[in-house]
Amino acid sequence: MTALAPEQPLARAPRVSTAERWRDLRIVSPGDAVYRVALMLLALVLPLLLLAIVGGLVVGAWPAIRQFQLGFLFRSTWDPVAGQFGALPLIFGTLYSSLVAIVIAVPLALGAAIFLTEFAPRWMRTPVGTLIELLAGVPSVIYGLWGLFVLVPLLRDVIWPVVKPVLRWLPFFSGPFYGPSVLAGGTILAVMVLPYVAAVSREVLRAVPPAQREAALALGATRWEAVWTVVLPYGRAGIFGAVVLGLGRALGETMAVTMLIGNRHEISLSLVQPGYTIAAAIANEFAEAVSSLHLSALVYCGLVLFVITVCVNAAARWLIWRVARGSAAGSAAL
Amino acid sequence: MASPATRRIVGAAMTGATYGAAALAIVPLAAILVMLLTKGAGSLDWDFFTRSAVPVGEPGGGFAHAIVGTLLVVGVACAIGIPIGVGAGIFLAEFGGGRFGWVVRFVADTLNGTPSIVIGIFAWAWIVRPAGRFTALAGSVALACILAPLVARTTEEMVRLVPNSLREAALALGYPRWRTSLTVVARTARAGIVTGCLVAIARVAGETAPLLFTALGNQFFSTNLLQPIAALPLQIYVYALGPYEEWHRQAWAGALVLILLVLILGTIARVATRSRHERA
Repeated sequence: MTALAPEQPLARAPRVSTAERWRDLRIVSPGDAVYRVALMLLALVLPLLLLAIVGGLVVGAWPAIRQFQLGFLFRSTWDPVAGQFGALPLIFGTLYSSLVAIVIAVPLALGAAIFLTEFAPRWMRTPVGTLIELLAGVPSVIYGLWGLFVLVPLLRDVIWPVVKPVLRWLPFFSGPFYGPSVLAGGTILAVMVLPYVAAVSREVLRAVPPAQREAALALGATRWEAVWTVVLPYGRAGIFGAVVLGLGRALGETMAVTMLIGNRHEISLSLVQPGYTIAAAIANEFAEAVSSLHLSALVYCGLVLFVITVCVNAAARWLIWRVARGSAAGSAAL
Repeated sequence: MASPATRRIVGAAMTGATYGAAALAIVPLAAILVMLLTKGAGSLDWDFFTRSAVPVGEPGGGFAHAIVGTLLVVGVACAIGIPIGVGAGIFLAEFGGGRFGWVVRFVADTLNGTPSIVIGIFAWAWIVRPAGRFTALAGSVALACILAPLVARTTEEMVRLVPNSLREAALALGYPRWRTSLTVVARTARAGIVTGCLVAIARVAGETAPLLFTALGNQFFSTNLLQPIAALPLQIYVYALGPYEEWHRQAWAGALVLILLVLILGTIARVATRSRHERA
């Protein structure tokens, strides 16, 4: 204390200067408090925004919640004219189309991630990685447009006639195939979630310590065996997290699915039949709702979708965090 | 254990499979770009950029109203969302160690995972319904809600990359903390922050779902923020689902413009980050 503020010179110096010098030593200025509070207020906007979203959804959905309660989730009628609403076909369609997307996308995404971290020649890694990332930047409505005019005709006129005789006996492929269907929606969703799953898986695989690979190779494993028996199990939780993150994306995806899934309020296991998702129903019916109850039922659907995606994303983040230990590898890939 | 030959064959086959998976992952990108160029490029003429939509049956017409609408809606969204996002991001990086920081980070991630259509319902519930009409401003607010958490997280990452020795040097020279943070730390991270903003803007520029029942769309040229306004993605959506060949043609052209906009923003962002990493 005395060493920092010697008695003699300070006693002669003006009073203000003492205060200033003391302040400099502690590095505290009035500006600091202002700065901190200003930033904190900006940061506070985000939690308030989340509260406002939840509040807006609950208030908007309240008439429907009061009328249908939780039974809304388990009923299949959707009759805007009679004022009867149930979201089961929508919830089923949302989960089913996303499941189709995940089944198609995960093997490809994982393969691409393994390729990028383990097998690709060094000169290929950056360009291929960049191309896959560009795929993530394509707007949803463009996927919809492409799906409508390229993917659907391709599935219906080229692929379906070939595979139909083989697959028709399966319940998943029963009925006529007109084009817009769960299969078309699920395929476009697969294209859309693939880059996310690939990017996050790549970060996870990169986080596997090189010593693990070296140990496996030193024990005589081939490069593939090192990947299959050591690298993948090491990153298991993170890869699972990447898949769940992709699932969260697929569940909330709106435009491309709305344009391709066929928009029919019915539950069917058949992939070639039209289906419907929560997001698609909101997109289609919201601006043209026939009654305030119809509108409220759609907001209720939105609330259900919000709750589902929050749970799925929280699960994914927890899994990724377990691997990356908070290094935000997952969020960097978003 | 399998014989060495089998193991080698399995290894080669699986390695080949990962090559195939990577190739297959890129096919849609190539297919989409080729389609956009073949179907859209032919329709990109002077009229497309200077005229608005014309009634069905009349030849010509363009996307001028939609292009201007997108620029306006996204511009206002940036004015609202970027200050919040950058401020929150700097807060998270500089003061975000405590419980409040954890909450903000968690909330930002939750918002990033929220479906954009739900954000649309939010803007409708708080702005469109009380106002009694669809407005461009409501669309901007919805996009800003997507922008802010994205920018917050990337800004935080970028500010965290600034070496602590820079902070220490500034503090040692007698700078107060707020000046250190603003003029040394944030300034060093500026390129990264701008990159994060560009990536986020590219993302919201293509968003359709939050505009469906906020900005609504408009067949006429409008720059009034308090009226419904057209936007590129909305116009593409409507024209793609419409029954007319002329509409489909214009939808492809609009999609080409939109993807060029997104890709250019993305490329600028990528180049900016790369040169920064090389210098570091």
